[in-house]
Amino acid sequence: MKLKEVVKALGLEILVFPAPDLEVHDGYVSDLLSDVLAHAKPGELWLTHQRHLNVVAVAKLRELSGVIFVRGIRPGLDVLQKAREEGVNLFVSESDAFHTAGRLHRLLFP
Amino acid sequence: MISPAPLRHREIFPVAGLDLERAGTVSTEVQRVLRKLGVEPEVVRRAGIVCFEGEMNIVLYTPGGRIILLVYDDRVELIFSDQGPGIPDIELARQPGYSTAPNWARELGFGSGMGIPNMETNSDKLEIRSRPGEGTVIRAVILRRRNETEGSGEGPRP
Amino acid sequence: MNLREVAELVGARFLAGADLADREVNAAFAADLLSDVLAMVREEGVLLITGTVTAQVVRVAEVMNLAGVVFVRGKLPAKPTVDYAAAAGIPLLATPRTMYETCGILYTHGLPPAKRKPFPYEHDQPGSPPP
Repeated sequence: MKLKEVVKALGLEILVFPAPDLEVHDGYVSDLLSDVLAHAKPGELWLTHQRHLNVVAVAKLRELSGVIFVRGIRPGLDVLQKAREEGVNLFVSESDAFHTAGRLHRLLFP
Repeated sequence: MISPAPLRHREIFPVAGLDLERAGTVSTEVQRVLRKLGVEPEVVRRAGIVCFEGEMNIVLYTPGGRIILLVYDDRVELIFSDQGPGIPDIELARQPGYSTAPNWARELGFGSGMGIPNMETNSDKLEIRSRPGEGTVIRAVILRRRNETEGSGEGPRP
Repeated sequence: MNLREVAELVGARFLAGADLADREVNAAFAADLLSDVLAMVREEGVLLITGTVTAQVVRVAEVMNLAGVVFVRGKLPAKPTVDYAAAAGIPLLATPRTMYETCGILYTHGLPPAKRKPFPYEHDQPGSPPP
């Protein structure tokens, strides 16, 4: 499913959205950067509580389709700036990780 | 606002810096003591959260310190003191998401920058005094008579 | 949903507290960062889904009166942590599945998210039916 459809269906708030036509293959939930580096797969949409600047670098490196900050967490301006430079999609979900993951899972595999 | 009330219980718990195996045990012990003293469950819960965050701060960031538990009829107080490096900017530390945690701590599930905000949310008063190079003292007050704020909260005690 | 059903659905095995498999789970919360659990979970009887396997997870479970903990991504806590949980009556489960899969499966089977303030879009977005 295209990222722009996922964003609409889940009602995500858009922070940085340079590549709306990326394909979302699946989801990945983790707050540990090393875990994402080791295990996330290209095209996955990453749900996290982390708002560290390195989130952008990790998402770029793993070629993830985007990052969703869960439970309304908003990262700092440095994170947004970096995401614009790197062309990484960033969103906010007001739901927590369990709820957002559950809805994404249901959306992708009805 | 805080009236004089007789002290019912006083206990001191030492906390070792960087002892990750034991970190968190003071919080569960504090909860056990409070339950035994008949403190209200919601107060026990909030004190447990405040204590856990304060304890983790001492363990993760300082060479060690101690936690003093004071139980009064109308409130529970937790006083955290350490011989750590101090907090350079307390206002920044109070902001949700602000963290100075090293990477190793983040990878263990700590350092999300919610520690002091969590202590603030779960106490009625939180005082932080810190001197760089000397250490930090945090005093948290959790009132036992609560009739405002908390939606599901308890009414005034008889 | 009880812990036994949780274990069956996500292919988890009990590390501790198998005798408590009938315990009911009211809701679920997923996080690796423990302060988020402390900040967000407001009710008791919540199942924690986490990839963090430190001793502090069990202490948080105790402080928050959680129903149990599911460790994801095949990670296992050290033996002293498991022994502590067994003695404290905190069920620990472990699954090789990812956190995302575990959340997805349990949500799809009707386990609700831990209670919190409702947000308006959850009611008026067509793409987000309740479980």
